[in-house]
Amino acid sequence: MSEPRVGSRYELNVDSEGAKESAVAHDYFSVHPGDVEDIPDQDDLVGYVHSYEVGSTVDGPGIRFVAFLTGCLLRCQYCHNPDTWHKRNGYPVTVSRAMSEISKYAHVLKACRGGITLSGGEPMVQRPFVLRIFRRCKELGLHTCMDTAGRLGDRFTDQDLMDIDLHLLDIKSGDPDIYEKVTRQPLQPTLDYAYRLSALGRPMWIRFVLVPGLTDGYDNVERVADICASLSSVERVEVLRFHQMGSDKWESLGLDYTLKDCEAPDVALSERVRGQFRSRGLTVY
Amino acid sequence: MAAAAFDLSGLNESAWRSFVPGAWQERVNVREFIQRNYTPYEGDASFLSGATDRTRGMWETLQPLLAQEREKGILDVSQVPSGILAHDAGYIDKDNEIIVGLQTDAPLKRAIMPFGGWRVVAASLESYGHTPDPAVGEIFTKYRKTHNDGVFDAYTSDIRKARSSGVVTGLPDAYGRGRIIGDYRRVALYGVDFLITDKQREKRELDDRHSTEEVIRLREELAEQIRSLKELKEMATRYGYDISGPAANAREAVQWTYFGYLAAIKQQNGAAMSAGRLSTFLDIYFERDLREGTLTESQAQEIIDDLVIKWRIVRFLRAPEYNQLFSGDPVWVTEVLGGNGEDGRTLVTKTAFRMLNTLYNLGPAPEPNLTVFWSPRLPDGFKRFAIKASIDTSSIQYESDDLMRPKWGDDCAIACCVSAMRVGKQMQFFGARVNLPKTMLYALNGGRDEVTGDQVGPNLAPITGDVLKYEEVMERLDPMMDWLAKTYVNALNIIHYMHDKYAYESIEMALHDRDVLRTLACGIAGLSHAADSLSAIKYAKVTAIRDERGLITDFKIDGTFPCFGNNDDRVDNIAKMLVSMMMNKIRMFPSYRGSTHTQSVLTITSNVVYGKATGNTPDGRKMGEPFAPGANPANGKDTHGALAALMSVAKIPYDDAEDGISLTLSVVPSALGQEEDRITRGVDALDAYFSSGGFHVNINVLNRETLKDAMEHPEKYPQLTVRVSGYAVNFVRLTREQQMDVISRTFHGSM
Repeated sequence: MSEPRVGSRYELNVDSEGAKESAVAHDYFSVHPGDVEDIPDQDDLVGYVHSYEVGSTVDGPGIRFVAFLTGCLLRCQYCHNPDTWHKRNGYPVTVSRAMSEISKYAHVLKACRGGITLSGGEPMVQRPFVLRIFRRCKELGLHTCMDTAGRLGDRFTDQDLMDIDLHLLDIKSGDPDIYEKVTRQPLQPTLDYAYRLSALGRPMWIRFVLVPGLTDGYDNVERVADICASLSSVERVEVLRFHQMGSDKWESLGLDYTLKDCEAPDVALSERVRGQFRSRGLTVY
Repeated sequence: MAAAAFDLSGLNESAWRSFVPGAWQERVNVREFIQRNYTPYEGDASFLSGATDRTRGMWETLQPLLAQEREKGILDVSQVPSGILAHDAGYIDKDNEIIVGLQTDAPLKRAIMPFGGWRVVAASLESYGHTPDPAVGEIFTKYRKTHNDGVFDAYTSDIRKARSSGVVTGLPDAYGRGRIIGDYRRVALYGVDFLITDKQREKRELDDRHSTEEVIRLREELAEQIRSLKELKEMATRYGYDISGPAANAREAVQWTYFGYLAAIKQQNGAAMSAGRLSTFLDIYFERDLREGTLTESQAQEIIDDLVIKWRIVRFLRAPEYNQLFSGDPVWVTEVLGGNGEDGRTLVTKTAFRMLNTLYNLGPAPEPNLTVFWSPRLPDGFKRFAIKASIDTSSIQYESDDLMRPKWGDDCAIACCVSAMRVGKQMQFFGARVNLPKTMLYALNGGRDEVTGDQVGPNLAPITGDVLKYEEVMERLDPMMDWLAKTYVNALNIIHYMHDKYAYESIEMALHDRDVLRTLACGIAGLSHAADSLSAIKYAKVTAIRDERGLITDFKIDGTFPCFGNNDDRVDNIAKMLVSMMMNKIRMFPSYRGSTHTQSVLTITSNVVYGKATGNTPDGRKMGEPFAPGANPANGKDTHGALAALMSVAKIPYDDAEDGISLTLSVVPSALGQEEDRITRGVDALDAYFSSGGFHVNINVLNRETLKDAMEHPEKYPQLTVRVSGYAVNFVRLTREQQMDVISRTFHGSM
């Protein structure tokens, strides 16, 4: 049949060797060796890519080319791509191969006021690859965007940030305890990164995933909203409503999915939360 | 000189008052008239008016009739053989109609048109429970030969075999060929007397030419044309109008133009009866009336709404087999909107907006087949309104102004779905299409049909190995395509010779110049399956499986291969090669009346029947499964999103598919992003597609659930419209099989 590792981000894709092996043989929730180590710089750098999608209208401005990289430290309870946690879940792609695919769409992406978004997974775990791709995209005149939770923000130098036109920065909670409960990682690195972006005037869209019973607490939202309001370069806040589209991935990976019975937030809750952000003068979607 | 017969000074003060003069006043030249007189409009849609009570009432009056028609198949039929003067005047609601004229004496009452073929008329009548009138049957079997009879007198056995096996199908040998657009605007601009005088000049100029078969035919045709123009005048008289002179205001301009069109649809049951490119022309009259203070915006909209109501109730009596090819009772009242002129000014006028506005005033509908000529350089206001209407109604198709203008000028229109032609200066010999995947199977099996086992193609050496090799398959495919092209052009020459002879479109051709460019419009179906099959053979391992007859009827596919629709050159180049290869083969065979060979990549809804007649293919498609429509990627194989699919299709060379390349794209509304961004996203995506060389796209913005619900509860969705290959249909009027086909196609969740 046709090529396998393609398609929508919600498509179940665990047929790469790494995914199968990891799910059974190790503790899937742990960070595996090789997941976050830098790959030594070389002429044609290799990155690990879960899939890519052309034509996304929800990952930054305009119509975009989105590549979902593998490897992530966070273990978010609501993750809809648990098949991207480990670098080996992806397939290796060289920078030049990736660029030959991206450049096919360069004129189209420009015509559509879009560009490229690197998402994941957590693209920060593949810093050299990410930076190489962004540099090459800037050379093509493309708008660049990184969808990140900022956990490894200290890996990125101020200079590195110059090639990233926009950050989609996920702040999963404003309360350190809730953050850790949601992600199994600390909040502080994300905040440090956000303040650095703010100080440098780098544009960001803050994303907050609204999960009933987990992140929807009034005070929790207040804290995220306060953080957003204290940042100088936030162009918009996107309140993303939790959905169950990732649940079958958890199941087929044999993972315990704690949000099995969680429902998408209703309109009233979503509006309340959006209102909390709006009341601080933020532009909210 | 035509003009010599007229006193032009009088016209300058009356019908032609305040128009910028030019050569158009002496010779028929509608384009020049438009260029000198039209007012480009670069604003937005805020000036538009909603439906008046009268308009709503008129549309309501028709609803019970339309509901009855949906239920019975056809509402009523007249067995008087149709012609321009066959029926008395008919009305929907005489006192309230602004634009008048029906095909028969009552709305939705269909006419029979037996010149195309008696058998098909009789079968159509019987399928709807009517008994054919024996007296008419006798005339058209005993005394008067039909197009269909003529064709079968001349068909070769090769053609008959190819026709019944399904490798060449859908041929217009038993139905009207259509795809001819009279320049109906001429009736309004000049009046019929001017046109008659002009035709007499054209005929007189032939007097000195030696009477060869060609000249005799032309003289006879011109005599027929003049006769039909006189009938047109008489037809209008029955409605109380004298159209011997030009139209003097906007309402008359629309009425005169519509009378021209009405005469055509009374005379011909063509497979497509396009309206042409009226908006910019008519806008000149609207602008003048508005300037003179004799018309308000609301009245202008009302006139257009009433015209569109008339277009929406055009009906032909068609046979069940026809409905399989062209499902949903389409007529293709194709009207072109937008585009830019050769001088760089946009041809968008306020009337283009008014036409689109009918989708709001009257609700969505498949007819007229509103076709926007898109260019990234169109005014933003118009682009946005068109996309908004697409998102709201899924009733619009888009074609590349920038690909067509250099070939066909800035006064070309679309016959049917994607066939561009200069209005009044060009016509086509419609040729349906051939089945490319089946041809490939013939190549594997030495010309034997994989379904019946019959020897249909030439008896060439079949493939004997088990694992298919790309080079070997191509070596077999090449002569098989030679045979196909030869058989195909042979058939088309016969068909069009006979159509000219027995079912000549005299009124449509009366609204053309005498010396027109003719194209022989060939076509291919199943392109993506053929390309994917070759890709499978080239990039994966395809093992042939033979049945007890020794025929290859199935395939075992190991490994992966790139599929058309993912912007992957490895397979997109195969698709391009197939298109150019077929076109070059078609060009090898001389065509009837010196017509220029062209081809389309378009299936209409025949993708379902073609698929039904075709065995398993090496791309993994199973026997009997529908083909992808037009140039669409195979179902579910375009996995990289809509934009990647658009880019693949945009690579198909228009130079080798000058009759058009059709793509149908369905996206769910959220694919266009946040609600407030959707119009911008849609505009940008079209700019991207067309600036990449894309030719055509049908856009549906729908959820699959809506369609499923409509299948279960058709009464809730009488106006639900979806675009299929090159036209739009009322979804609830498709056959169940075709509904399933539409639902099963890719709905892109992102662009």
